[in-house]
Amino acid sequence: MIKALELKNINKKFNETVALDNIHLEINDGEFFSLLGPSGSGKTTCLKVIGGFEQPDSGNVSLFNENVTDIPPFKRNVNTVFQDYALFPHMNVEENVCYSLKIKKIPKIEQESQVEEILSTVKLKGYEKRKPSELSGGQRQRVALARSLINKPKILLLDEPLGALDLKLREQMQIELKNLQRQFQITFIYVTHDQQEALSMSDRIAIFNDGKIEQVDTPDNIYKNPKTAFVADFIGTTSLVSKQLAAELFNYNSAFSIRPENIKINNEQDSKSEFNAKVVVTDIQFQGSYYKILCKANDLTLTALHYVDTQNTFKINLGDNLELSWDKIDITNIND
Amino acid sequence: MLFRKKKNLNEASLGLKIGAIFGILFLHVPLFFIILYAFTTEDKSYQFPPPGYTLKWFSIVLGREDIWNAVGLSLQVALISTLSAIVLGTLAAAALFKASFFGRDYITLLIILPIALPGIITGISLRSAFGVAGIPFSTWTIIIGHATFCMVVVYNNVVARLRRSSPNLIQASMDLGANNIQTFFYVILPNLGTAILAGGMLAFALSFDEVIVTTFTAGQQTTLPIWMLSELIRPRQRPITNVVAVFIICITFIPILYASYMTRNTTDTDGSSK
Repeated sequence: MIKALELKNINKKFNETVALDNIHLEINDGEFFSLLGPSGSGKTTCLKVIGGFEQPDSGNVSLFNENVTDIPPFKRNVNTVFQDYALFPHMNVEENVCYSLKIKKIPKIEQESQVEEILSTVKLKGYEKRKPSELSGGQRQRVALARSLINKPKILLLDEPLGALDLKLREQMQIELKNLQRQFQITFIYVTHDQQEALSMSDRIAIFNDGKIEQVDTPDNIYKNPKTAFVADFIGTTSLVSKQLAAELFNYNSAFSIRPENIKINNEQDSKSEFNAKVVVTDIQFQGSYYKILCKANDLTLTALHYVDTQNTFKINLGDNLELSWDKIDITNIND
Repeated sequence: MLFRKKKNLNEASLGLKIGAIFGILFLHVPLFFIILYAFTTEDKSYQFPPPGYTLKWFSIVLGREDIWNAVGLSLQVALISTLSAIVLGTLAAAALFKASFFGRDYITLLIILPIALPGIITGISLRSAFGVAGIPFSTWTIIIGHATFCMVVVYNNVVARLRRSSPNLIQASMDLGANNIQTFFYVILPNLGTAILAGGMLAFALSFDEVIVTTFTAGQQTTLPIWMLSELIRPRQRPITNVVAVFIICITFIPILYASYMTRNTTDTDGSSK
């Protein structure tokens, strides 16, 4: 497998704030790789280091086994789609997309055919003469993509590109981005704080927290086997049980995480599960196809799901006493 | 009337309409009188209606060398101080916009100060400074005086444009393969162009009709506003001043129309939807 990117011991400080704390990362050629984490976790700084817009204080950046740490952005075979698109406001769509070809002094005729091709790929034909201010958010996004992709970069960096779009458009663009990546067969490095976005699109995800990478894995594994409490909590909904509580209540010797979909609600006293908890319902949230039930028992808080269908007429009310249960196979041990 | 229900809330009330009309008349009727009295046959007082109409003042103005010297000097001063204000103001804006260093806010304040200070203070302080430094008063001292406040206008316009532009534009240009020089000419300059133009025109207009600072920094030179002021005091051939004013109205209309034409599409041009 070809290594598209390698980060070694990357450190970056802004004044006294540590933005990146000894980052190691390897990304394979052709991967859709997401950098996921809350705001301020260092994911965008990491992207800027890869693009060459920020110099790391120490460490090495290699692209395709070539050390590029000291090479400026315009000499790296990497392109970026910025969070606010950064379209040139004084140029129309065609001129924006054509910009890098003009810089490279590619013959006019070739420029035109390439622009036409890329605009039809991102479904923007007929918009050539529009200014960015005359486009919708989704269209600006496509122009930004076309402007980067026309360079045929080996790696495309995307900095929360869908953040400014509404939910419907975002879901549609997720599919289009994934299709574009398959079509161009290049590496996408995608920064997002939206876990659903990262889970649904990525081949692998790196979870950032506080300038460190908590876990690098496939979406599947990250969801099913979170290595740290942070990852378990950040990805999806989960209930975390501390080591002390686990020992007290369940006679179990490790902290663990349990996903709501694995918790059974027993309305008849027939539980033969390995873990049982008697709890009180503290909140009920309607989610469409199910209710999210938040429960408490002393220091223990658990989230369970209650699916509503025609067969299941059992109704849960606020303040009800419930018995929840799950098996050992359902839980993930966590280093507390 | 007071309790009548409004049929359409978007329609302005009668009172507001009348008020607006009076406001506009108040601003523009004096201009009309200036033009009207350029053609009057009465040359000592402004008598309404004018006793007769004539074009002779226009031919007198064309023959008066002192007027054309004043116009020439004013144009020269305005042009040079605007050009230096464009260079200095743009550079100051670029330097202070993103940089963060100790004392940055104070420098910003110092740059903006000349336009906030009363002209008379600027004038006196410049006059005494030139005196101390032993610089004789000349066209150049007027230009320096004007450049102090012209620069602020350009600075403010450029800073406002920089604030509205995406900070990523420069990075995007570099990302697409452009080096510093290409980025400057293809992205930065075209983006700031209309702001510099608008600031420059405002600076030109400010300089062209400046009286106070000019009075303090000029030697024997007479700029057009100073000529007009001294002419108004003399009670003869008054319509000559009006004729000159008509010329100036016509001339200033050209850059105003051009500026609004140039900047018509730039109210919302940022690539960001944030």
